[in-house]
Amino acid sequence: MRPIERWSENELADAVVRGDPRALAKVISAIEDETPRGREILDLLYRHTGRAYRVGLTGPPGSGKSTLTDLLARQIRAGGETVAVLAVDPSSPFSGGAILGDRIRMQTAAADPGVFIRSMASRGSLGGLAAATEQAAEALDAAGFDWVLIETVGVGQSEMEVVGVADTTLLVLVPESGDGVQVMKAGLMEAGDIFVINKYDREGGDRIQKEIQLLLSVLHDRWPKDAWLPPIVPTVAIREQGGAELLAEIRRHRVTSDERSSLDRRRQRTREQVSVLVRARFGKETWERMDLDARIESELDRVIAREISPYRLAETWTNELAERLGGKRREA
Amino acid sequence: MSERIRVLVAKPGLDGHDRGAKVIATAFRDAGFEVIYTGLHQTPEMIVTAAVQEDVDVVSLSILSGAHMGLFQRIIDLLKAQGADDLLLIGGGIIPPDDIVELKKIGVAEIFGPGTPTTTPIEYIKTHFAAKRAAK
Repeated sequence: MRPIERWSENELADAVVRGDPRALAKVISAIEDETPRGREILDLLYRHTGRAYRVGLTGPPGSGKSTLTDLLARQIRAGGETVAVLAVDPSSPFSGGAILGDRIRMQTAAADPGVFIRSMASRGSLGGLAAATEQAAEALDAAGFDWVLIETVGVGQSEMEVVGVADTTLLVLVPESGDGVQVMKAGLMEAGDIFVINKYDREGGDRIQKEIQLLLSVLHDRWPKDAWLPPIVPTVAIREQGGAELLAEIRRHRVTSDERSSLDRRRQRTREQVSVLVRARFGKETWERMDLDARIESELDRVIAREISPYRLAETWTNELAERLGGKRREA
Repeated sequence: MSERIRVLVAKPGLDGHDRGAKVIATAFRDAGFEVIYTGLHQTPEMIVTAAVQEDVDVVSLSILSGAHMGLFQRIIDLLKAQGADDLLLIGGGIIPPDDIVELKKIGVAEIFGPGTPTTTPIEYIKTHFAAKRAAK
């Protein structure tokens, strides 16, 4: 047989749909590398997507997201459904390398063919981490997994965008997460469909639960009347406690959002996906074709010497692009 | 293949000393590799499953228990069964010279013994993939 690198896009896509784990892994690599081959295969896979349910898990480092993901994966497997995990971790800004250690906490699910775990480094891609995550999730969806769990450290904008591709987002906190005001400050309250207080057996678990409950009820008063009130689920993932309750809440949220998911909302979401994708592709393509990395480099000294402003550069190059594109410029 | 080199660092078997594996994982990261670190007590099945799912270019094993012959053989057999035996398999740990000769015969690319500076396996991996890319 020919080596997998030589397979055609069609052969690879077919193998993914059949559930071939090696083909799936190669396709995710092509997606991560933002290759034309990856895009071609995604195009072929798209009609096989739309069945998997996506759950995002985010929260501060050390809150036990990986252990919780493992627990959730096993809970799903116990019900006979299959599950894929995307574990996103930051790349080192210094070397571009990364240590992806989420598999350490996912041992129990690691040797089960109904579980597929993939670690992704955030890299520094122009295409955007959220786009790469969404595309990897689509490949996993096309491969037939019933659930896709997306796990990431929730500390920045790009991580919040990552969980934005999920159907249900879990915000994972611990008793040490501090008082509710800090959670509110971080702008996290609005991001979670379900709040998980992991390591609940530790000092302060019930206190943070009460505070979040209070904050949620205050917020909830300002939301539309039929808005989903995020439940708070205590867990002790390391001792396998709370998994069943958590999965039940996720299913409840799923049913509720399915009922409310009007055509309008689906259109809104699709519009967003297409816009983000096209914007990213346009940005990357333009950037490379206009050789902007090199041009910025060659202007740096002049900008530092205040001989030219960054604003002038942006204006000049934008005009150049507009001219190349031809046609009329829309007046703002 | 990708510009980014992905490496699985794993410790098969029963010994509980993972300092070496952690040192090498950190050095690999600093060399710009994406390291999938799976930790202690990995079975050959877990290692091969991870290697396939993570689509790594290199599997780097740390073995101090003395069970290297059996473990490497089993991992190579499983990789072959998955059609994934084209990846680079290397190891580190306490392995006698005679065994190293045998391991290389069955498909282990290189063994790095105690005291090897971390730059040695890094250079080895970089050279291997530079040559592979040039051959394309």
